[in-house]
Amino acid sequence: MFLRTALLVLKKDFAIEVKTLEILVTTLFFAVSCVLVFSFAFVKEGQAPPDAAAGILWIAIAFSGTLALGRTFERERYAETLRALLLAPAPRPALYVGKLLGILVLLALDALILVPLIALLFTAPLFARPLLLLLLLAGGTVGFAAVGTLFAAMLIRSRTRDVLLPILLYPITVPVIICGVRGTAALLESPPDETTAVMWLGILFALDVVFLTLALWTFEPLMTE
Amino acid sequence: MKKSFVPLAVVTALLFVIAPILIARAPYESEMLLIQKIFYFHVPSWVAMYCGLLVCAVGSIWYLFKGNRVADRYAESAAELVLLFGLNGLVSGPLWARKAWGVWWQWDAKLTSALLLWLIFVAYLLVRKYGGPGSEKLAAAVGIFGAAVSPFVYVSVNIWRTIHPKTSVVPDIVKNPAKGFAAPLLVSMLAFVLLFVLLLMVRVYLAAHQDALDELYLAHED
Repeated sequence: MFLRTALLVLKKDFAIEVKTLEILVTTLFFAVSCVLVFSFAFVKEGQAPPDAAAGILWIAIAFSGTLALGRTFERERYAETLRALLLAPAPRPALYVGKLLGILVLLALDALILVPLIALLFTAPLFARPLLLLLLLAGGTVGFAAVGTLFAAMLIRSRTRDVLLPILLYPITVPVIICGVRGTAALLESPPDETTAVMWLGILFALDVVFLTLALWTFEPLMTE
Repeated sequence: MKKSFVPLAVVTALLFVIAPILIARAPYESEMLLIQKIFYFHVPSWVAMYCGLLVCAVGSIWYLFKGNRVADRYAESAAELVLLFGLNGLVSGPLWARKAWGVWWQWDAKLTSALLLWLIFVAYLLVRKYGGPGSEKLAAAVGIFGAAVSPFVYVSVNIWRTIHPKTSVVPDIVKNPAKGFAAPLLVSMLAFVLLFVLLLMVRVYLAAHQDALDELYLAHED
């Protein structure tokens, strides 16, 4: 029941998104323009500092993720469909998991374009340890999206949601960003510093567990009016 | 107002009178001399801020799951005090740093993590102020996440960089009272914590009256 509900919510979001690809295309464009803006800030004499690529990657993911979160829930608000979902006789945490999965798919597609692009533009050896990078990206996006989905869902009732979402999200997800950036930067060293990356990965997964548990625990009372 | 308020206020005032005397009499620290005295002001500010963080988190959990309005008032009041005492620490810190390290700000572990935690509670208050109706619940979630994330902020930033004295400085001072640093520190800390409690009581009292007034307004309109 739980998993089925979550997958149904995901399927619904997927069906809407596939029709226009609105959120995917706009957030991707935004992420790429973020990368360009940062390249103007960091590149000197045709070269960026060696670990700038790590920071740029994660900032692009975080910024475009915020945009995607806002848009996904704006869609739910527009037709009051979130209320309909909440009225359905389904476990509420399952709704949360469904929305979270949707955001994660979007962020994964984002990263799929961003990582090769940044590797190319900054000649960064991002693919030196593909498995570790993949795990870092997975851990980072899960942590970021776990908090983001919860906050975006509860901000749906608020008039000032566009401003409040980044205000709340960034201070709270800073540890996730630090782990992601430092872990990725360790992989960019030559030779890649695997032990440091694994240590950051450990902290990242611990954070994910805390965030997911808290989000599942508080989603029910938060969404009850 | 609770009966304990007046005696508590007297004790706190007394401590704030004694503390400067003790601080003036405390020996000079061997390297930083007079500058080190700001320590008796700086550390207690942070202790009071962490008290606020704790009260806010517990109040938030209580409010979110039990719907208790009193708990919400405590959480809100404590968050405002986090802002106040945190600002105290954030101002006294750079003043000390300028003289001790030669710069106003260092991207060091404790400074960065303290600033981040402080920002989370500023966000908490922003949600309450601009979130519109129902923002109390939203804010409660921010309070819970803020407290949960605080150890991670500390650990991650700590590994990232460090120049600030280790956390062991304060326990060392307390364990060696003979050096003369312990008494003024403990008195200042106690004074700040009691000040925190007093301000919390006043603020909660105010919030309760605000709520009562709102209810009267609503009843009058009906």
